[in-house]
Amino acid sequence: MELTLAIAIGALTGSGVWLVLRPRTYQLVIGLSLLSYAVNLFIFSMGRLTVGAPPVLGPGGAGNPADYADPILQALVLTAIVIGFATTALLLVVLLVARGLTGNDHVDGREQR
Amino acid sequence: MEWTRHLLIVPILLPLVTGAGLLLIDELRHTLKALLNLASCLLLVATAAALMHMADGTPGEGGALSLSYAVANWPAPFAIVLVLDRLSALMLALTSILAVAALVFSMARWHRAGPHFHTLFQFLLMGLGGAFLTGDLFNLFVFFEVTLAASYGLLLHGSGAFRVRAGLHYIAINLAASLLFLVGVSLIYGIAGTLNMADLAVRLPGIAADDRGLVYAGAAILGIAFLIKAGMWPLCFWLPSAYMAAAAPVAAIFVVLTKVGAYVLLRLTLLLFGATAGVSAGFGGPVLLWGGMATIAFATFGMLASQAMGKLAGYSVLISAGTLLAAVGLGDTAVVSGALFYLVSSTFSTAAFFMLIELVERARAPGADLLAVTMEAYGDETDEDEVEEHDDEEVGVAMPGALAILGVSFGCVALLLAGLPPLSGFIAKFAMLTGMLNPSGLGSPAEIPGRVWLLAALIILSGLAALIAMMRTGIQTFWAPLETIVPRVLVVEVAPIIGLLALCTLLAVQGGALLDYTEAAARALHAPSTYIQGVLATGHPAGVSR
Repeated sequence: MELTLAIAIGALTGSGVWLVLRPRTYQLVIGLSLLSYAVNLFIFSMGRLTVGAPPVLGPGGAGNPADYADPILQALVLTAIVIGFATTALLLVVLLVARGLTGNDHVDGREQR
Repeated sequence: MEWTRHLLIVPILLPLVTGAGLLLIDELRHTLKALLNLASCLLLVATAAALMHMADGTPGEGGALSLSYAVANWPAPFAIVLVLDRLSALMLALTSILAVAALVFSMARWHRAGPHFHTLFQFLLMGLGGAFLTGDLFNLFVFFEVTLAASYGLLLHGSGAFRVRAGLHYIAINLAASLLFLVGVSLIYGIAGTLNMADLAVRLPGIAADDRGLVYAGAAILGIAFLIKAGMWPLCFWLPSAYMAAAAPVAAIFVVLTKVGAYVLLRLTLLLFGATAGVSAGFGGPVLLWGGMATIAFATFGMLASQAMGKLAGYSVLISAGTLLAAVGLGDTAVVSGALFYLVSSTFSTAAFFMLIELVERARAPGADLLAVTMEAYGDETDEDEVEEHDDEEVGVAMPGALAILGVSFGCVALLLAGLPPLSGFIAKFAMLTGMLNPSGLGSPAEIPGRVWLLAALIILSGLAALIAMMRTGIQTFWAPLETIVPRVLVVEVAPIIGLLALCTLLAVQGGALLDYTEAAARALHAPSTYIQGVLATGHPAGVSR
């Protein structure tokens, strides 16, 4: 499972970085989205990979913490997803405005001469 | 817990409530919105002054003190804590004073240039207040994002192709930086198991040698995220054009945004990798020092090369960022104390400069400069069509003798940026240089390493470059034109500039008081144990430490 997750994060990051370095604004948005997926998965993996372990303690005592998944990172991921969504949406609006004002979709607002 | 402790939450709650409340008021009622916003900012100044007084009210001579506040009253380190010490109180005061100045300036015309200016302005203040007060890495991320989200809106305020283009770059770079921030935070959490800065500082020395590399990697990635925001070379290329594109009052308040990056680096470097960190002590110091010096050098050349005044101001922001980072990297108490004084002085003067530029630009005949051709070549890309688009909307009292006032203000800004006496820029640089060249006190000679000489030389040279660039621009603007255009300048536009410059003069006259304060702040930063104990005792019954 570790290998699969690592490959997934690596592939998402690699494609994201490549797309962010491209000159079109749409590629930029998709690249940043892919990067944020990669980062979210990465945050998850920092809580160690556990299968079938609940993040919330059951009724009747604390139990052994080793039997539970770390809930803090799940909370962090949730916050990061929300913030990432909002800022990407804002970037999308700016992208559309830039397209309207400059007449093309190059990140610098004009084609390379 | 006495009631004054609850003041700690005011710099976050007050802007939040005001900003949200302002959303409910009709967009056409500019004056009402502006007055409410101003009232909130003035309250923030009062709060910051009270907090500064609280933070400075230390028992014993100059010892460290930190007050912490457990939100929702959970005990630390599980609680979300807000921590107040001298440094954060100073940053809060700086931000709120700057906010009042920028807001008054915007009331002449900018606040009517687009919707929700006042709400965004308040949310920006909320994010800044939270970032200065929080004692938790993840909340730092959240408040950073609040600040950034508001700053995206403010940068685009006024619209126009130039602003949108700069805004696109600014948003993309900051989104990427935020992702790095998250990677760094989660990496540190994954190893150390805590996000509370004080708890982290306790746990770091005990981390197994095998895992230490990962913590370093996490800290380095986190550092890169802050360095992008602070504007260290080579991560700073976005900064001059973004600041140049922003509307004048927005650029003025943005000056403090780069200082947030420097603030966090100062706090985290000295807390996590300070004297108590054992093997990890001093981690990252050389990067900050050499990176800061590279930034100063880059910005010095940038300043000499810029033809447009907006670029000039952008590069002066970079010079001050580089100086601060290098001072943090040097890590010496006296240098950090001088750097904090420099932070206050340079923030005020650069903000005044950004506002002044807009007024001075009005005195320049568009296209009358012979330099217009070279300006094109050197990338002054301001779209001519968006200049002066709101000119006929101006109402209010025009300023008599506008050109004289602008000229004198411009001269003051030049003195401040160059660091010449009699204004506070000189005292700031003098305090830093004294700290560098007399590490063991005046009169006791000590070995001074070459890198310190280099930094001292760079600081002085950057001042010279600032002086040359400002003189050249000043001569072009005020002396060279054959026919003088007397700009129409309103009192509310000049008042904040004069106010900020008067504050800088006051800093020069009463420099001792602030220097005592910054010295105590720097000493507290170098002895993080008080901070750590103060935070970890939060919320435990009767303040019992763990």
